[in-house]
Amino acid sequence: MISFEPTEEQQMIRDTAAAFARNELRPAARAVDEGETIPDGLIAAASKLGLVRAWLPEEHGGDGLMRSALTGAMLMEELAYGDLALAAHLTAPRLFAFPIIEMGTSAQRSRYLKPFASGNFVAGSSALVEPRYDFDLQTIATTARQERDGWILDGEKCIVPLAGESESILIYARRGEEDGVSGFIVPREAAGVLISEPEKNMGLKGLKTYEVKLAGCRIAADAQLGGDAGINFARIASQMRVAAVAMAAGLARAAFEYARDYAKERRAFGAPIATRQAIAFMLAEMAIEVDAMRLLAWEAAWHLDRGEDAAKESYLAKHYASASALKVTDNAVQVLGGHGYIREHPVEMWLRNARGLAIMEGLAIV
Amino acid sequence: MIDFEFEPQVIERLKLYHTIAEQMMRPISREYDEREHEKPWQFFETMWSAAGAAAEFQPGGREKKEGAGVGARARNLYTIATTEELTWGDAGLFLSIPNAGLGGAAIAAAGTPEQKQRFLGPFRGGKPKWGAMAITEPGCGSDSAAITTTAVRDGDEWVINGTKIFCTSGQMAAEKSEGFIVVWATLDKSAGRAGIKSFVVPHGTPGMTVVRVENKLGIRASDTAMIVFDNCRVPFDHILGSPEINRERGFKDVMATFDATRPIVAAMAIGVGRAALDFVRDFLNQQKIAIRYGAGLYRLTAAERDFIEMEVQLKAARLLTWRAAWMLDAGRQNSLEASMAKAKAGLAVTQITQKAIELLGPLGYSRRMLLEKWMRDAKINDIFEGTQQINLLIVARRILGYSSRELS
Ligand SMILES: Cc1cc2nc3c(=O)[nH]c(=O)nc-3n(C[C@H](O)[C@H](O)[C@H](O)COP(=O)(O)OP(=O)(O)OC[C@H]3O[C@@H](n4cnc5c(N)ncnc54)[C@H](O)[C@@H]3O)c2cc1C
Repeated sequence: MISFEPTEEQQMIRDTAAAFARNELRPAARAVDEGETIPDGLIAAASKLGLVRAWLPEEHGGDGLMRSALTGAMLMEELAYGDLALAAHLTAPRLFAFPIIEMGTSAQRSRYLKPFASGNFVAGSSALVEPRYDFDLQTIATTARQERDGWILDGEKCIVPLAGESESILIYARRGEEDGVSGFIVPREAAGVLISEPEKNMGLKGLKTYEVKLAGCRIAADAQLGGDAGINFARIASQMRVAAVAMAAGLARAAFEYARDYAKERRAFGAPIATRQAIAFMLAEMAIEVDAMRLLAWEAAWHLDRGEDAAKESYLAKHYASASALKVTDNAVQVLGGHGYIREHPVEMWLRNARGLAIMEGLAIV
Repeated sequence: MIDFEFEPQVIERLKLYHTIAEQMMRPISREYDEREHEKPWQFFETMWSAAGAAAEFQPGGREKKEGAGVGARARNLYTIATTEELTWGDAGLFLSIPNAGLGGAAIAAAGTPEQKQRFLGPFRGGKPKWGAMAITEPGCGSDSAAITTTAVRDGDEWVINGTKIFCTSGQMAAEKSEGFIVVWATLDKSAGRAGIKSFVVPHGTPGMTVVRVENKLGIRASDTAMIVFDNCRVPFDHILGSPEINRERGFKDVMATFDATRPIVAAMAIGVGRAALDFVRDFLNQQKIAIRYGAGLYRLTAAERDFIEMEVQLKAARLLTWRAAWMLDAGRQNSLEASMAKAKAGLAVTQITQKAIELLGPLGYSRRMLLEKWMRDAKINDIFEGTQQINLLIVARRILGYSSRELS
């Protein structure tokens, strides 16, 4: 029966994340965007949230919460409402841990999950995007060749979160022309892995990303995620897209609320600018878009929670959110006028972050 | 718990409605578009006698859920779901189906239990009947608070004077059946919004005359009437809501109707949009063109990208609409969400149907197919029950916390 009511557990997670976003992420966002390192206190506070640990099975030292894409979407929206870059940074370890929890062999789970049970922030990452203008998830070009005693990986990845900080990276590659996409757990120190300096991007500066080159990188035979059974890549891709859509909703909500509050204060021609329809209608459309993005994320997540791969739903939702997040954040800059262009207000940063979110894949996972 | 699936019985019932849309509405769709002002009486009779069909189109309002049966637990959700199915068949025919219509919604939202029984009871049997709602006047549409039709108390009666236009099913309700018109009138012009009340005027009441039926761009199967009220008298207890002028409440009573009807109009839009989308998809499939979901920018054709955009816009509109109806069923204030859904759906579907014609080129433009009709039909959803701009205005006021005086 149709319902839009989150469960109590979901509401609790939502509230906790919202408070964290308000108290920790938002106040730190600008300084980090300007190049300062993320405050230790923030990282410590984030670790208490247990962004990985909560969903880690009890046998691996976690709280063993049932994984739910819907809950994940709510969490990601709230965190991104605080700050998109920091949200992506703090949740990057999920990109590594979650596919292993869901699709790894029991040996892989025992071997790689343990560190994430600790109370400290443990970096983790996955490498999906490749540095080509025409990249899409169906044309992944990184290859994995099977040798007698292991795999040889070749290819280039970019925008890999925390690659320089993570012990191992989950690399998505193709085993052959016809094959689907597989995952490979690659130690950062493995021969043939070349990690660049941190990338310099237009936005998302709080998220350290790297280029990762794989040149004849040789890894062990048991490094394929899920073993011979492999993985359901369509499902992982959907989980990533749902996360992106939910984050787009959070980011856009931040921009909408900021512009709304500003428009009620700022006066021109003798009245608050919000009393003019040109501004008021922009704000109304922004509010509608925020809700539309959230609902599309929820619907795709709901399919995932029923065990479906949600490939079409999440693709459509991502298509929608990419355009909407950009439109909403751009409108926010417009509502603030010249002041929106100045780095004293956060809206220009949100516009840069939205541009990134819209073109990227694999920044986060639900 | 969040859920995006209807109950099994509702899904079964929706299949039935889809069959009606496909087998009873589509075959006569073109005919009653071309023969404007003629009525598909056989279709009316069937719809009326189809088990409880007429009664099913009563939006539930916010208060308790009455009765049992399919969809009773979530009456408003059920109504928008069936609305989408039937407007997928034909929006004009859907609007012309005998039922209490917008007038019924007004009674459901603002009437006493006794009034509901008295005015809506007859819609459960007998001959086909129509209800209608008359707000719009020649001098005012969007600005419904500016209406000039008056109601004056004279002993046990109200005396109504004024001219109403664009009244959907007005002729069917006032002259062609034992129906009624709910008329908005002011008790005291100087009281502004607070002076506006609504009154039930039964068919055939002396002083009520249909003077004209409009020729339209689309939804031609539905009649749109101009009605003159000239010293038209109704009993005192035909007023909906309190006869007191309460300056605090303004016209909240009469506006409450829109919380239920805006999601329905949004659902009508979505039904037409889905018809166009399904048609284009089927057509492309026949040409062996499949939409490559998942492909990136450089592999998608412009046409695929358009189609994907249309599909997800429709979906976003549907989700917003479901939410607005769900809130109403849950007894929550949903004016904001109802206007969000209506604004989104009205515009999305206007654009979807226009784009659909572009995708089929000259074939889409031809009257041999229904696409061009759907584009004409779709447009009304961005106009009635509050235009695009009026719904944005309502959304803006709610999110800014402004009164209608502060933002107009
Ligand atoms: C087929 C059809 C069926 C209808 N059925 C019914 C019915 O059953 N009952 C009924 O009462 N009415 C009905 N209507 C009337 C309909 O609700 C009105 O046409 C509609 O509300 C707009 O009013 P208007 O036509 O007077 O346009 P106007 O109010 O004159 O508006 C003209 C334009 O100005 C814009 N505008 C107006 N005010 C503002 C503002 N404050 N800010 C920004 N823009 C503004 C509008 O959005 C619109 O674009 C029907 C109309 C049609 C065409």
